[in-house]
Amino acid sequence: MGFFQTNLPYLLAGISTGGQYALIAIGYTMVYGILRLINFAHGDVFMCAALMVIYSASFLPLYISVPLAIIATALLGFAIERVAYKPLRTAPRMSAMISAIGMSYLLQNLALYVTGGLTKYYPPIPYISDSIEIFGAMTKRVTVITPIVTVVLIFALVSIIKYTKIGIAMRAVSRDFETAQLMGVRINSVISATFVIGSLLAAVGSTLFFSNYTGVTPTVGGMPGLKAFVAAVFGGIGSIPGAVIGAFIIGICENLIKGLGWTTFSDAFTFVLLIIVLMFMPTGLFGEKTIDRV
Amino acid sequence: MDSNKKRDLAASVILIALLFLIITVLEQLLPKTSMIFTVLKKGSIYALVAVSMNLLNGFTGLFSLGQAGFMLLGAYTYGILTIPVSARAAVYQYYNGGIVQFALPVFAAILLAGVVAAFFAYLIGLPVLHLKSDYLAIATLGFAEIIRAIFQWDKIGALTNGSNLLRKFPIFHSTLFPFAVSAVCIGIIVLLINSTYGRAFKAIRDDEVAAEAMGINLAHHKRLAFTISSFFAGISGALLAMFQTTVQASQFKSAMTYEILLIVVIGGVGSITGSCISSFLFVACSEWWLRFLDNSDTFIGSIHLSMLRPGFRKVVFSVVIMAIVLLYQKGIMGDKEFSISKIREKLKKKKAEDE
Repeated sequence: MGFFQTNLPYLLAGISTGGQYALIAIGYTMVYGILRLINFAHGDVFMCAALMVIYSASFLPLYISVPLAIIATALLGFAIERVAYKPLRTAPRMSAMISAIGMSYLLQNLALYVTGGLTKYYPPIPYISDSIEIFGAMTKRVTVITPIVTVVLIFALVSIIKYTKIGIAMRAVSRDFETAQLMGVRINSVISATFVIGSLLAAVGSTLFFSNYTGVTPTVGGMPGLKAFVAAVFGGIGSIPGAVIGAFIIGICENLIKGLGWTTFSDAFTFVLLIIVLMFMPTGLFGEKTIDRV
Repeated sequence: MDSNKKRDLAASVILIALLFLIITVLEQLLPKTSMIFTVLKKGSIYALVAVSMNLLNGFTGLFSLGQAGFMLLGAYTYGILTIPVSARAAVYQYYNGGIVQFALPVFAAILLAGVVAAFFAYLIGLPVLHLKSDYLAIATLGFAEIIRAIFQWDKIGALTNGSNLLRKFPIFHSTLFPFAVSAVCIGIIVLLINSTYGRAFKAIRDDEVAAEAMGINLAHHKRLAFTISSFFAGISGALLAMFQTTVQASQFKSAMTYEILLIVVIGGVGSITGSCISSFLFVACSEWWLRFLDNSDTFIGSIHLSMLRPGFRKVVFSVVIMAIVLLYQKGIMGDKEFSISKIREKLKKKKAEDE
């Protein structure tokens, strides 16, 4: 019981960061599933979403500014795909990845310019930023809300992918890009939809994440972005349930490690996990096996 | 060796000698603090690391993002081994002067910096080198992050000084020093690329399966390229430590690797001279030529340009980079090399056409 009591705050924090990583990881895994591209700019989209809330909240009430920022982030994701990835669709895979790195560099520098290099603070959102007590552990209400929001959104997403026309198109494209194109699937709108959905979820994740860790700097998106990507790889890239489970495992482990007093290694742990997974299960927990043909 | 090659070799030797002469003259004429020396020093260091990355990405087709980690290893090895014994108590003030109580000569330490980086690369390469393109990229990026975390760990602070600065190690004063070291290292890489090993690397880049069928040992050659590339990244890390006069693990972030990758891409993936040219351009633009964009008191006539304030330089710079990546995918040199004889031939052709 004593062990449980001391580690409970870390476990709770872990579940909540896990949920936030899950929302980012879906963006990675969907884009990778369709384009075979690590969208390095996704973590920066997450950061931009937070900055949009901060700036719009300075002259708008929160109940308008947060939804507005979420929509604006979706548009940002759409714009990034059109500007940075669409022209490179036929280019080698490495070019698109470099373009993603360049886009990430651009978004970070833009944020640096806008913020003037100062740390901006996320506005406290009433209700979800309030402190509450669970089994004697003090935490913010967002800790409890995050897993619920995550699960609800993922159910919504999975049903979109399963039952709607665009969802079927997405699955077809991720199975076989060229054949889907031949069958009359509009590739460009499918890819745009993927980016819009991924950015929407990242924006929701950012609202939850920064209600907990309020400081926003231009490089703040990098680490959660990489970790969410690792989560996607861990779960088997391209698989949505895999990404979610991977994200929760990483979030919980990371916070328990912090609880043990190994904070320096909480980031490194994620990558150790990544390398172990890649060595022994290269396709992750739920990934499909691919066979290389000459 | 045919006459063209001989002429090329002679021309490049003369060019390099000329470059050294110009730098020597500049150092006599201009004040030490002139921006041009900063650009030349940092540019030559970045040229070395960019070429080492190009050896992997451009010539062997291994997409690795671990360069910052290997630079960190080199920088720390150099710093730890060369801080004078008398200064150790002050540098390692929280760790009772540290456990290393000797100092090596500068060149031995630079060489060891490369060796340490290469050794770690060998170990890291064992599990990750069989991974495919983007998985390899993310795994090497992960390793760089792990190395960075380990070097900040306070339990081994007696060796690495924890998250505190390493300082007071010998540094260079003349721009010629980093130039000479980089030139020698890049020369070695060029020799390697033109050897049978280099041809094997290129075969692996073009088609792994075909290369294996031709009798090239994939695992062996990939490991070799990875280790050699990291060796030179380690040396450039040592040079960077000398340039900055201090070393701290927190500065070797993945952003550094991205910068180097962008240099390689701008110069042209698979072109050594391209990487060299673009690293000088990159450093000059980011440190020097675009400085005026950060100046908030710029006027055109009587109009105050309110956009210009600190940070605008980097925005313009990254837009330019994106434009190059999107519209000019081959970079400055493509996969060709800068050579005098080719330019001469072109000029001759043009003359013949004109006549």
